[in-house]
Formats: sequence, structure tokens, C-alpha cells
Amino acid sequence: MSENQATRLAIIAGHGTLDSAYPPLILATTAAAMDMEAAIFFTFYGLEIIKKGNADKLQVAPIANPAMPMPVPNIIGMLPGMTAIATDMMNNWMEKANVAKLSDLLNMAVELDIKLIACQMTMDVMNVKKEELIDGVDVGGAATFLEFASHNAITLSF
Amino acid sequence: MDISVDQTLDCSGLSCPMPIIKTKKAIDGMQIGQVLKMIATDPGSVPDIEAWTARTGHELLGHEEEGAQFIFYIEKTK
Repeated sequence: MSENQATRLAIIAGHGTLDSAYPPLILATTAAAMDMEAAIFFTFYGLEIIKKGNADKLQVAPIANPAMPMPVPNIIGMLPGMTAIATDMMNNWMEKANVAKLSDLLNMAVELDIKLIACQMTMDVMNVKKEELIDGVDVGGAATFLEFASHNAITLSF
Repeated sequence: MDISVDQTLDCSGLSCPMPIIKTKKAIDGMQIGQVLKMIATDPGSVPDIEAWTARTGHELLGHEEEGAQFIFYIEKTK
């Protein structure tokens, strides 16, 4: 009995915070390294990840985030400056653990021929032009993503 | 381990997914039958390299630990 292994990884990236941007990029680059075809569909806030110069500026808020390694009471977390502090802390941990920066992961993704698809509808809704996005991104809609994901793919959403 | 090595790749200090990505790049640039010696310090690379070789079909000839380093011997099979 032969196993039908998935040959593709299809990811929907719908969030634009620092902690939600890593899983799509790490999984897609690893999948490509394992000879799988990978595609990431950036929709809604996920567009923030692929805006020029933006990947390394993504933030994470401590408010309503009880899973943060250093939990902050919401009443403190809402104070001006707290999001910047939490973001700096997380970036420091990433650097100490030698995790690649998001911009480096994006460069690798383009190098590894990973399909980066920007959601046309979101671009219209949020008034984002193609020139604002990094090089190596194609624009497409839900059907584009679904066509890719329908062929023997693992599909994930972040 | 007494294996003749054609290329060495040092991924010391790098975390997931870098060791895997660099290993793939290195193997892609080698000839079939050649052996890559990959050094990593990330403990996660042990199961990761095993999964990678199982998936890609290249052969993991063996691996050993030397202090904080994990050393892998991978043969390019296709």
C-alpha cells in the first residue's frame, strides 16, 4: 500500500503581527527546502508582511495576550509605548535565539521560488498598490489560491 | 565516524529553519554520490535532518554529537 504524500504546502496569512508572520514564512521555506511546492496567500492584515520595508517593522501587542512569555496586565498593556516595548522584547529574544529576520525569510522565500500571492480584494479594500509590495509577489484572488491548494496540498491558515 | 566527506557545511549558531535550508542548497550544488558533512548546534536539527532525508530521499549515513555540535553525514542520492 503506497502512501499518498502531500507535494504542496498552501498557506493563508491573514494576520500582520510579528508573532503571526513567522509561522507562514518558516513553514513555507522549510517546505521548499524539503522539495515541496509552497505558496502563501497574503490577505487582510497579512498584506503588512509583504509591504516594502515593512516586514522588520511588524509589532506584537501585550494587551489581551496572556500567552506572552512575560504576561502584562491589560491595564498596563494599554498604556502608550507598551506595544513598542513588547515588540522590542520579542525581537531581542528572536535575535538571541538566532532566528532569521522576517525580511531575510522573505528573501529566501523568493530565492526558493515560493509563490507569494497578494490578495487582490484586500488590496482594493485597503487601497494598497502593487508598487507598495516587495518584488517577487504576484497578485491573485481566492480562485488562484484554491487552484493551487486543490492539488495534493497541506493547507494551513495563520 | 570514518566517512569520506566531499563538502562541509557549518550551520553552528543557526536556528530552524536555516540548517535545513542551507543543507538543501549545499546538496543541490553537489554531485550524486558525494557526501556532505553538516555541523549544527540547534538540537532541533536532529529530528529535522532525519525528516528531511526521509522526505527528499537523500541518505543520512550517520550522525554524531561532539560537545555542543551535532554532526551529520548526508549522501546525495539523486
